[in-house]
Amino acid sequence: MIKKILIANRGEIAARIIRTCKRMNIDTVAIYSEADEGSPYVSMADESFLIGPPRVNESYLNMDKIFEVAKEAKVDAIHPGYGFLSENDQFAKICTEMGIVFIGPSSNVMKQMGSKILARKSMEQAGLPVVPGTDGAVSTADDALAAAEEIGYPIMLKASAGGGGIGMQVVYSDAELVKAFDSNSKRALTFFGDGSMFLEKKIENARHIELQILADHHGNAIHLFERECSIQRRNQKVIEEAPSTFITEETRKSMGDAAVRAVKMLGYTNAGTIEFLVDEQENYYFLEMNTRIQVEHPITEEITGIDLVEQQITIANGKELSLNQENLVIDGHAIEARIYAEDPVSFFPSPGRISLFVLPEGQDIRNETAVKEDYLVTPFYDPMIGKLIVKGNTRDDAIALLKHALSDYKVEGIKTNIPMLLNIVDHEQFLSGNTTTGFVETYYLTQFNK
Amino acid sequence: MEEVKASMAGSVWKIVANQGDSVEEGQDIVILESMKMEIPIPAEAAGTVKELKVAEGDFVNEGDIIAIVE
Repeated sequence: MIKKILIANRGEIAARIIRTCKRMNIDTVAIYSEADEGSPYVSMADESFLIGPPRVNESYLNMDKIFEVAKEAKVDAIHPGYGFLSENDQFAKICTEMGIVFIGPSSNVMKQMGSKILARKSMEQAGLPVVPGTDGAVSTADDALAAAEEIGYPIMLKASAGGGGIGMQVVYSDAELVKAFDSNSKRALTFFGDGSMFLEKKIENARHIELQILADHHGNAIHLFERECSIQRRNQKVIEEAPSTFITEETRKSMGDAAVRAVKMLGYTNAGTIEFLVDEQENYYFLEMNTRIQVEHPITEEITGIDLVEQQITIANGKELSLNQENLVIDGHAIEARIYAEDPVSFFPSPGRISLFVLPEGQDIRNETAVKEDYLVTPFYDPMIGKLIVKGNTRDDAIALLKHALSDYKVEGIKTNIPMLLNIVDHEQFLSGNTTTGFVETYYLTQFNK
Repeated sequence: MEEVKASMAGSVWKIVANQGDSVEEGQDIVILESMKMEIPIPAEAAGTVKELKVAEGDFVNEGDIIAIVE
């Protein structure tokens, strides 16, 4: 039985995990960098260890140092949270070798899902539809043209080694492809040291809909319905909701069954998320699998009443899932708004000291925060300083509550995206549920002529 | 003469164009990094990089001058 957990993470997710551990009577160990000494999660844990300078390579990605702390503190398990080492199969492997339980899937499955190309192949074998595209990387514009002929325009060009939208462009013709290939390949080479690209069919007016799954070590797997996360900026989610306003009960069941079938076939264990793109006809295509807890997991918790971190720990303990698919129902509607320290229009980061910090309070309002008043938001980590989660009986109720809560959310001293969030939740296209991945470009940024 | 300014606070992750280089309009001079985001800072007009005001690893504030292009 797990009695003591090291949380190999920081910020709001570390605090979130510690809360559940306290309820389960499990001791917690926090790690922190020099930049996070004053973070709320550090004082919440039973023990905390300084692991190094602010830069992630010297702190939250420093495996040797983290394992050193794990040994010294004599923990039974490590919870990796999201980001950082959470999807690093080597980290999971070493944990197991050291006799420490890694709260997540096996390193083998993680490795399989970590490679874009391998993941695509395994999911195809498991019977999930995938977005038509190249099986591997293409290195010349000529190869790209040949592939484009098979896939058909519009095409999304992506850098193989990419992330954060860098080296990514939509193209509509051969001429555009050739031009975009050269410039994006060059930029990818500068950024990632790898100029190879791959091509995917661009799904027009797509929605990003993902399935939360849980699987134990006894062959049982369930899904906890979907989350719709189409509202994104810089290819990062901003507003997420559950359930989706778009898919029918039939599609929900089909996606859920497909997700469960896939995780069973993979031999996947613990919590995971299968991300799909869904087109206007409700066709869904596998995008990627996240082999960890997600940032937006609270909305699933709100509509199911299930604590996902508790489930992760219970599964890691080797227990059988006590939940049955037949007994799970969607109760109400939940929305999460991510609070980012950034300019609300250019989306450029805005580090600095928070001079005023007041959280909205009330029934069915949930806050997950990483900061407090007089806290210095440093430039070293992700700009997310908090998550605001609301729940209502209906989507309209949830939106009304979200508007109140956002108006009551006060952050001064740094720029935040709260004005953007307020603008979106008041937009008629959002209210009518017309939430596709192009929402921010089409309906939000156009108001500023950007 | 054009002053190339930082569009956000962060550290200089990579210098792409060196002093004396001729650059096209829109060509990246440096890449800034802040909060896991890399933002290229391009020249707004073609010219020669007369002076680079920053080195890799330097911290800059929004609006700080990064380079002068003539």
